[in-house]
Amino acid sequence: MVTLTINGKAHTVDAPPDMPLLWVLRDLLGLTGTKFGCGIAACGACTVHLDGQPTRSCVTPVGVAVGKRITTIEAIGATPAGKRVQQAWLDLEVVQCGYCQSGQIMSAAALVAKNANPSDADIDAAMSGNICRCGTYQRIRAAIKQAARAPSAVKAGG
Amino acid sequence: MDRVSRREFLIAGAAAGGGLLLGWRIDARPLSPVFAPNAFIRIGTDGRVTMIMGQVEMGQGMYTAMPMLLAEELEVGLDQVRLEHAPPDDKLYANPIFHFQATGGSTSVKGLYEPMRRAGATARTMLMAAAAKRWNVDPASCRAERGAVIHTPSHRRLSYGALAAAAAALPIPDNVVLKRPEDFKLIGTPAKRLDTPDKVNGRAQFGIDVRLPGMKIATVAASPVLGGTVAGLDAAKAMAIAGVRQIVKLDDVVAVVADHMWAAKQGLAALAIRWDDGPNAKVSTADVVRELDAASQQPGVVARKEGDAAAAIAGATVKLDAVYQAPFLAHTTMEPINCTVHVRPDGCEVWTGSQVLARAQATAAQVTGLPLEKVVVHNHLLGGGFGRRLEVDYVTQAVRIAKQVDGPVKVVWSREEDVQHDVYRPYYYDRMAAGLDAHGKPIAWTHRLVGPSILARWAPPAFRNGLDGDALDGAVHLQYDIPAIQVEYVRHEEPVVNTGFWRGVGVTHNTFVIESFIDELALAAKADPFEYRRALLAKSPRARTVLELAAQQAGWGETLPAGRGRGIALMYSGWDTYVVQVAELSVSESGEVRVHRIVCAVDCGTVVNPDIVKAQIEGGVIFGIGGALWGEVTLKNGRVEQSNFHDVRVLRMNETPPIEVHLVRNLEPPGGIGEPGTAVTAPALANAIFAATGKRIRKLPLVSALKA
Repeated sequence: MVTLTINGKAHTVDAPPDMPLLWVLRDLLGLTGTKFGCGIAACGACTVHLDGQPTRSCVTPVGVAVGKRITTIEAIGATPAGKRVQQAWLDLEVVQCGYCQSGQIMSAAALVAKNANPSDADIDAAMSGNICRCGTYQRIRAAIKQAARAPSAVKAGG
Repeated sequence: MDRVSRREFLIAGAAAGGGLLLGWRIDARPLSPVFAPNAFIRIGTDGRVTMIMGQVEMGQGMYTAMPMLLAEELEVGLDQVRLEHAPPDDKLYANPIFHFQATGGSTSVKGLYEPMRRAGATARTMLMAAAAKRWNVDPASCRAERGAVIHTPSHRRLSYGALAAAAAALPIPDNVVLKRPEDFKLIGTPAKRLDTPDKVNGRAQFGIDVRLPGMKIATVAASPVLGGTVAGLDAAKAMAIAGVRQIVKLDDVVAVVADHMWAAKQGLAALAIRWDDGPNAKVSTADVVRELDAASQQPGVVARKEGDAAAAIAGATVKLDAVYQAPFLAHTTMEPINCTVHVRPDGCEVWTGSQVLARAQATAAQVTGLPLEKVVVHNHLLGGGFGRRLEVDYVTQAVRIAKQVDGPVKVVWSREEDVQHDVYRPYYYDRMAAGLDAHGKPIAWTHRLVGPSILARWAPPAFRNGLDGDALDGAVHLQYDIPAIQVEYVRHEEPVVNTGFWRGVGVTHNTFVIESFIDELALAAKADPFEYRRALLAKSPRARTVLELAAQQAGWGETLPAGRGRGIALMYSGWDTYVVQVAELSVSESGEVRVHRIVCAVDCGTVVNPDIVKAQIEGGVIFGIGGALWGEVTLKNGRVEQSNFHDVRVLRMNETPPIEVHLVRNLEPPGGIGEPGTAVTAPALANAIFAATGKRIRKLPLVSALKA
């Protein structure tokens, strides 16, 4: 049994410590917003935050996440940066099929939370581990810039 | 749970999601007294307007474009509708171009632009007639607006909900008047997508997200060589892993059924499966190419013939010939292949994402031996299609496995399984020849393409007279004014891998060949590639306009920084869309390509949603850059050599150039837009590489050729 803090709530699950966090979230807890894409940390679809750090849950043993704050796409909108990123995604119509976007948004929210003025190089560094086969990168880049420079939108949007 | 309460549960569950209200129905009975004049619209007495989506959503924007067409004529706002995935039904939801239920081939808006509007107009006409009857006035004195009918002189107003029961009692009119384009409120506007709010907060439900009471999760290993069988495995080792419940061993595939994916994956690894590789055990890519080359020596079936091209080439001042090759390609949709199935003695339920829903139903019926009506298929949002989900191999496989399992089972392929058991874009092999006159003008053109016929397998009636219209798409549409043209098709089936559609398929390959070769002609004529094309497009004014627009926007002819090259390419095909791309790139000493800028000009006729059109071109270009630079699936000892994103290289954020899309707006019939961006990209890059380096690459992928 391991106890995890996910999106501010404690969850106790029967999982071996080496089980990747991804499958704990999806298959044991039903938090299906976090996606399986490759299983080898090569695509970023499974990105969650551990204590605010973007982390590939497909290669993160659940034991590593014990005692850390786990944030998933289901709750990223409760953070100021996550809220701004989600809104920018909708404003600029970033999304196509949407499957990779949970991971894109988690990576972007972590960037925007710590960098109010990300350069193209910052965006490349933060986002190049997230694959999108629909090809939404150009809009993701623009949406990150919008989200980063629009802190006032947080208050208005709650 | 009985059927009714379960249905209510599902609806409540969908409503709780907010934004897009997406549900699936579990039977065909009406929910409440409703007005449902056709298979696409249902209006309840509560005023709820439901639109049933016959075309699936895989990112290309159909769950916005189709509602826009329906809503425009129905006179409702997009904020007033809820969407529902259509059930399988080849008649009600037939794609007018394929004649069965299918989403693909860039056909949805092209084929359904008028039928969807007609469906909306029919409903609106009947609601207006019901209101006019209630008020005892002339329907012509009424108007419809945001889900209500208004009697203009008296300002009386009745909502669609209040009129639904009366409208349902009226005969369905045969002929309805469609709105004039100048009266459109939605069509042609960048309306917000309806599917996206739930895609930014984790609520969107893809097939892989299905969860059912008692559901097990399975992962699979199919024979690594096509045609191979299971020779042996160590079941005890797998069963010893906590959470593993069952091993399902079929002739050609093994599944480990478990409580969760982690146990299933560990179980599969522990099985240490031994395979009998069968007849393809020794095949490599070189064998495939050798057979294609041999097939290309023979004449093919003539698909287009003007004049005597061979004779004209023989007498030409300058003769050119070349062989072009395009490799097998994997799709790697971001959502790995998956299908959930529950087989019971008296019925079967399937949950998946499919571009061909009725085929998913049919294969489940065939595998279970159940009648079609006992198979229920729930479609989902698709985490990418690109042609992969036009196949139902994964549904067939999941049902075969589920037959052995008590209760529902979700079969999820690993990424490695996806890459190595795809239905690949065929390897194509093309022989080109042309003759120029003394001024460098082409007087003859021959194109012989060799490859399998996907259509002969996938849509047999479409394979006619030995010709595969899909393989030839684009090749037979050559827009250049050349007096003698011959296009031939040599059908060569591939026994070593399964081949199928991959974003653009025939056009993607043919455009690479044609637009690379026309550049070779321009070089032989010592002409500028843009001017050379332009001079040959006098009879194709739309193509010429698009060519000029792209060149102008890209600054064609302006000086570039040292080491950079610019390439141009035109695409036109049966999609009835014209795209010209100008690509700007540089090549490093090690042969790596950096794309600096892409400019596209697009004429796809009538535009339903310009922002979605632009998004499709942007995304298509990105799909095309990765495919052209690095995309290839190779075989060794019958096995696919690639396995996951570390060796299936696709374009990433740091490699993506700015992409500009310029639309030509007109009132021509709508053309397809999902695939053209991909199709036009490889030749623009190849031509830019030539401009930058002087190397003419005739074999994809481009970077492999540069490094060779």
